[in-house]
Amino acid sequence: MVLTHEDCELLQQTWEKVLGHQEDFGAEALERMFITYPQTKTYFPHFDLHHGSEQIRNHGRKVVNALGEAVKNMDHMSTALSELSNLHAYNLRVDPVNFKLLSQCFQVVLAVHLKDQYTPDVHRAYDKFLSAVGDMLAEKYR
Amino acid sequence: VHWTAEEKQLVTSLWTKVNVDECGGEALGRLLIVYPWTQRFFSSFGNLSSSTAICGNPRVKAHGKKVFTSFGEAVKNLDNIKATYAKLSELHCEKLHVDPQNFNLLGDIFIIVLAAHFGKDFTPACQAAWQKLVRVVAHALAYHYH
Repeated sequence: MVLTHEDCELLQQTWEKVLGHQEDFGAEALERMFITYPQTKTYFPHFDLHHGSEQIRNHGRKVVNALGEAVKNMDHMSTALSELSNLHAYNLRVDPVNFKLLSQCFQVVLAVHLKDQYTPDVHRAYDKFLSAVGDMLAEKYR
Repeated sequence: VHWTAEEKQLVTSLWTKVNVDECGGEALGRLLIVYPWTQRFFSSFGNLSSSTAICGNPRVKAHGKKVFTSFGEAVKNLDNIKATYAKLSELHCEKLHVDPQNFNLLGDIFIIVLAAHFGKDFTPACQAAWQKLVRVVAHALAYHYH
């Protein structure tokens, strides 16, 4: 799967609307994931998972900033995500199915905030992009 | 499947606000755009060559409406979804030969459509209840495959 030039443009334009809300969007995506797919909480036994938790907010900011790096470096996504894929492959060992669950929740956050600006074409671009990110995070697993 | 009173309330109260005509066509259109391989079931639908063509295609709209009207049956029969979809499940398996994975894809797309329509009212608890519903419906549709 290759992101087309059009996909990249849509991703970058839409990302402008995420800037300034990284922590809010990230925390909301994680909170939605924990509530909708409770099994994902097993990776965060050391976290306070209540609404507004500082740990969730910090982690959400990190996740969204990492996605932002990937959006900025479309041509070198694999390098941009290299540190994260090492972390997931060698330390965290998160089952890759969870990347899909977070992708769905992050897309819900985008749709909730962008409303009709989350058009079918933007939707496709983000679905492709997040699925590519998931693949890259899992790349070093085996 | 067990539904808590809160889940039932979240599902049914949102459903009364869903515009079935509009959301049905939009969800099916997005399915064909985001996951173009799903177009294999709709070769008789005419022009599906671009996002604009898909969104403006009257047969996509009409079929989306039909799908969502039937989804309303699930909302009405939350405690009996398997039986409600027995016939449709057979149809999709025997006549249409649809890979049941497509039901999951449509379910996830539907959630995004609801999120874009209802904005902040589509709370995390609401998403959880709806994500559960689309999973149960997809399972019911796949149940009579053999």
